[in-house]
Amino acid sequence: MIEFEAPKPITQQSFVLKTVAENMMRPVSRYFDENEHQIPWDYINFMHMAMKATGAGSLAPKEAPKKDAEGKERPRIGYQMLAFMLEMLSWGDVGIYLCTPGGGLGAAAVQANGTPEQNVKFLTRFGEEKPAFGAMAMTESQAGSDTSAIRTTAVLDQEKNQWILNGEKIFVTGGQKSLEEGNGLVVVWATIDLTAGRAGMRPFVIEAGTPGIQVTKLEHKMGIRASDTASLVLQDCRVPYENILGSPEVVQEKTTTGFKGAMATFDATRPLIGATAVGVARATLELLKELLAQQGITIRYGLPRQKLTSIERDVIDMEVMLRSSWLLVIKAVWMADNRKSNPKEASMSKVRGGDIVTKITQKAVEIMGPLGYSRDLLLEKWFRDAKISDIYEGTGQINRLIVARNILGYSGRDLR
Amino acid sequence: MYSFEPTEEQKMLIDTVARYAHSNLRPASHDADEEGQLPINLIKKGWELGVLQASTPEIYGGFGEHSSVTGVLAAEEMAWGDLAGSLAVMTPGLFALPILFAGSEDQKNEHLPPIVEGDWSPFTAAIIEPRYDYDPNELKTIATVDGDSFLLSGEKSYVPFAQEAKNLIVYASLNGQTQGFIVQNGLAGICIGEPQKLLGIHALPVYSIKFDGVRIPSKNRLGGGNGHDFSPILAANWLATSALALGVSKAAMEYAIDYAKDRDVFGVKVAQKQSIAFMLAEMATELEAIRVLTWEAAWMMDTGKVDGYKEAYLAYTGAADMAMMVTDRAVQILGGHGYIREHPVEKWMREGRGFAMLSGMAII
Repeated sequence: MIEFEAPKPITQQSFVLKTVAENMMRPVSRYFDENEHQIPWDYINFMHMAMKATGAGSLAPKEAPKKDAEGKERPRIGYQMLAFMLEMLSWGDVGIYLCTPGGGLGAAAVQANGTPEQNVKFLTRFGEEKPAFGAMAMTESQAGSDTSAIRTTAVLDQEKNQWILNGEKIFVTGGQKSLEEGNGLVVVWATIDLTAGRAGMRPFVIEAGTPGIQVTKLEHKMGIRASDTASLVLQDCRVPYENILGSPEVVQEKTTTGFKGAMATFDATRPLIGATAVGVARATLELLKELLAQQGITIRYGLPRQKLTSIERDVIDMEVMLRSSWLLVIKAVWMADNRKSNPKEASMSKVRGGDIVTKITQKAVEIMGPLGYSRDLLLEKWFRDAKISDIYEGTGQINRLIVARNILGYSGRDLR
Repeated sequence: MYSFEPTEEQKMLIDTVARYAHSNLRPASHDADEEGQLPINLIKKGWELGVLQASTPEIYGGFGEHSSVTGVLAAEEMAWGDLAGSLAVMTPGLFALPILFAGSEDQKNEHLPPIVEGDWSPFTAAIIEPRYDYDPNELKTIATVDGDSFLLSGEKSYVPFAQEAKNLIVYASLNGQTQGFIVQNGLAGICIGEPQKLLGIHALPVYSIKFDGVRIPSKNRLGGGNGHDFSPILAANWLATSALALGVSKAAMEYAIDYAKDRDVFGVKVAQKQSIAFMLAEMATELEAIRVLTWEAAWMMDTGKVDGYKEAYLAYTGAADMAMMVTDRAVQILGGHGYIREHPVEKWMREGRGFAMLSGMAII
């Protein structure tokens, strides 16, 4: 039955997270924007404690669905919980949210590609006493959306049964915290055969403290400044054989399993980027309406379009964009929870999330005029924070390509 | 819980409606538009699918409970076949559903069974007015109290089947509030104009009507003595318009996809060009976004959520924009062929422009 009632665990979670967002994020939003690369430890320590206590924030693991008192399977809502969590925290501050401890994209890659043993081995650390971080390193200076162009290599030293990694990764979200602040990890995508393209791509787990990997640069960015974006250099970085994700049989064969694993990771994480985009957009729209109300401008819903003022039209359009994009996110994560294949819906929610948050934040700054452009308000910050949603985890264009291939029934070869 | 899965019953209804849209409406669509006329048997067959009947409780002659979600699902499927045909099939609902939502017990007992139990016959409603600033909440058609009667005066337009209709609901402003009045066609003071010629929906007969002091017994006020709340009726109008816009847009998008996959250009199919593929991706994304928004609004109306009215308005506004965007692009993707009336996309584009102003011609 088609319904739109948030389940109780989600409304309870939202209630708590709103308090966190209001009290631990918003008051320091501006500070961590203006003091780039300072780490919001108060938020991190609090979230680590809270998430450990409640189990919130873990990417729905591959466990059997829980049963209720009568032994009937309860519907899975893990991804939905996560989407709501990310939306609310991004409503608080998306830069600070990106500093949330836990496995992040690194853990997502482990879950999408790893064996059950690898899941236990690599993910347990995120529930330990001290906060730890996870990151995923894919992008290189010559390989952005075209991930198969990566040049970082992994060579097997059969004598010592170790992989030796060499190369340079850029734009690693949370890379610095993952390697230097606590017992975290980075999932590095490398090729075991430079001539094989996609078929050579494999994910490797590199744990904090491993010799041969170094943070060489922290980027200075337009927005999300609280979050570190690192360059990593791998120089004869040795990891045990078992740190290659996936079952041993497939890891040596030259199949595109690795590449497909990367893409499967994205099916899970793209709607979540959509959720963060919606969070920023909602923060913006709420503040805009509040500021307009202070000027005596309220929005008259229900009027024919031609009778609306220009500001009313803008705000109503923004509300349509915001609400419908949020529902696209919910549909995509609902599909993930119900184990329905969702690459089209995942990319749609990412495309539209990136689109609407850039439009809404741009428009909000415009509508508030000189006030909007001032750093006295957070509107200009959200304008800067918003843009990344249209870029990371696959640009809006790459995701359009994925949607297009899906609706046209085309492969990557048919539609390049 | 969240769920995007229709019930088994809804799936069966969708299948039935889809078959009618595919086998009956779509094949008749082109000629009906050219000739400005719908075959009556086509309308009757659509009526026999029983969408309205399934929304009406047994005591009033139907066999089910009203559900906006079901209505939205069915209307999208039907409009995929043909918009004018769908509006014609749904026209008796313009009269019956407001009575079901807001009518007094007497009004329901008197008016619903004959409509619901019978063959399709023209019952309709008049709400839209021929003014650029037409606003359903600030109507210029006025109802005034005169003893035991109301007097209706004003002008309406876009009234489907007004010429043939037996009864109609006329919406008018009573002391500044929009109220519905059950009006018998042919009363003194009612003057029905020539069929109106519009940009789209050529096959649907619509008329302007002038009301010059038309006397209505006071018991004919919708809801009886105390009248009714107009907002759920308006919201149901918005939902219907939104669902129909989804159907027309889906039709246009699918046609554009098929064409683009078939059309050769520079040694590949035109769909293999990113400029076209990206347009299609955006059309599909927009369509899906407005679809889930419409579903949520319908669900809110069904469950009596306070925000239902606002959400239905957002869905309608979004759907009107989306339909214009999607149908325009469908024409663009077909290029010169899109402009030729042998292909249906130009018709859908003419219809696509209409949703922003046609709310009031269907109700769910």
